Amino acid sequence: MTEVTQPALTIDALGKKCPIPIIMLAEQINFVPLNAVVAVLADDPAAYTDVPAWCRLKSHRHVGSYELPEGGWAIHVRRNY
Amino acid sequence: MSLVAYFDAASSEPLHPQAREALLAAIDVGWADPARLYGQARRAHLLLEQARTEVAEALGARSDEVSFTSSGTQAVHLGVLGTLHGRRRVGRHLVTSAVEHSSVLHAGGVHERDGGTVETVGVDLTGRVDLDGFAAAVARPGTALACLQTANHEVGTLQPVAEAAAACRAHGVPLLVDAAQTAGRMPIPPGWSVLTASAHKWGGPAGVGVLVVRKGTRFRSFLPEDERERRRVPGFENVPGIVAAAAALRAMAAEAAQEQARLSELVGRIRDMVPKTVPDVEVIGDPAERAPHIVTFSCLYVDGEALLTELDKAGFAVSSGSSCTASTLRPSHVLEAMGVLTHGNVRVSLPRGTSAAEVDRFLAVLPELVRRIRQDAGVA
Repeated sequence: MTEVTQPALTIDALGKKCPIPIIMLAEQINFVPLNAVVAVLADDPAAYTDVPAWCRLKSHRHVGSYELPEGGWAIHVRRNY
Repeated sequence: MSLVAYFDAASSEPLHPQAREALLAAIDVGWADPARLYGQARRAHLLLEQARTEVAEALGARSDEVSFTSSGTQAVHLGVLGTLHGRRRVGRHLVTSAVEHSSVLHAGGVHERDGGTVETVGVDLTGRVDLDGFAAAVARPGTALACLQTANHEVGTLQPVAEAAAACRAHGVPLLVDAAQTAGRMPIPPGWSVLTASAHKWGGPAGVGVLVVRKGTRFRSFLPEDERERRRVPGFENVPGIVAAAAALRAMAAEAAQEQARLSELVGRIRDMVPKTVPDVEVIGDPAERAPHIVTFSCLYVDGEALLTELDKAGFAVSSGSSCTASTLRPSHVLEAMGVLTHGNVRVSLPRGTSAAEVDRFLAVLPELVRRIRQDAGVA
């Protein structure tokens, strides 16, 4: 198993409903350097599908989604451009 | 042109004028028990059997294969569980696609709680089932039944039913085809063993579903014994509703070639124009292999409920698979399985008679509504 890259930025969107986690991600992805990873913490089930779909539409890379012990996921996105 | 453009035919098609006429006439003459032997009863029986013949003909079945249910959902429940029950000695494995209507998935849930197994085959980005995966799943020994819809109810993508049916036939597995979205609009693809549909989706009244079981398919109702509808469906038949359903199906099918082609062009116009006029939008589903009347798109950064509310105010009745608009907290299982955006989702489904002017008015107001909702949410 490959090691998980440490995120350069963590966005806490726990308790927030879609599309808010996506809006926060879109606002903040440019705060990290190219190829750095942003972690979105979210527990709205829609975010689990919508963050990877956003990456596909916006040509960023969905690295992986990791379950959080307290519920929800840390969804990792690599800035591509 | 009415003030509200009704664009939710995939939920329910407005009653066809010929169905309305048939319903009013049949309420007066078709109320008696069709199982009895006096004059009024024979009249009701005659109406019921005439309707059965008409529906059978439109669906490509024999009339003794057709049973009427109280809804499309009931037809699916009875069809899935009755076929599984009839074939329980063969095995207890059920195969479905991940994007079937909830009635199929919930029937599968009952089967699982009863000790059976269910395999859910995934779909691609357009919502089309993975055919190789489906064929591999039905090849598994002990498969009692496979289920596949003709077209997806949320995104319109057509499923490869004929190919799936061939795979099923090769392994002696019956295929239940849920034709709710296409019956009356498109020919039924060949190869099914069990077919289900819903009258209010083809312009008939609510309260009538159709369950067709091909001769030779093992079937045994899982419900208590009842003599009605060849022992497949319990309860007194809704004769006036069934008569109206048959009239609607006949009328809808007769005009389908022309009218559905016209609707398909209007859907094509929406598919073409929305990405040009609304930034950050994803039009979902297969652009060509699709039901004629359905188009779905998702708008990035938009709350689906806010968009539906604004469209309602602007005079458009549409639906959405976004979680914030549904009765559940989860987004649509169809959009999830496809891996497409679930928020900001709008499904437009055109009933017969939709005018080009209504569609153009929709296309004219949509960009500003989306822009305003994004602005209010602080999205530049």
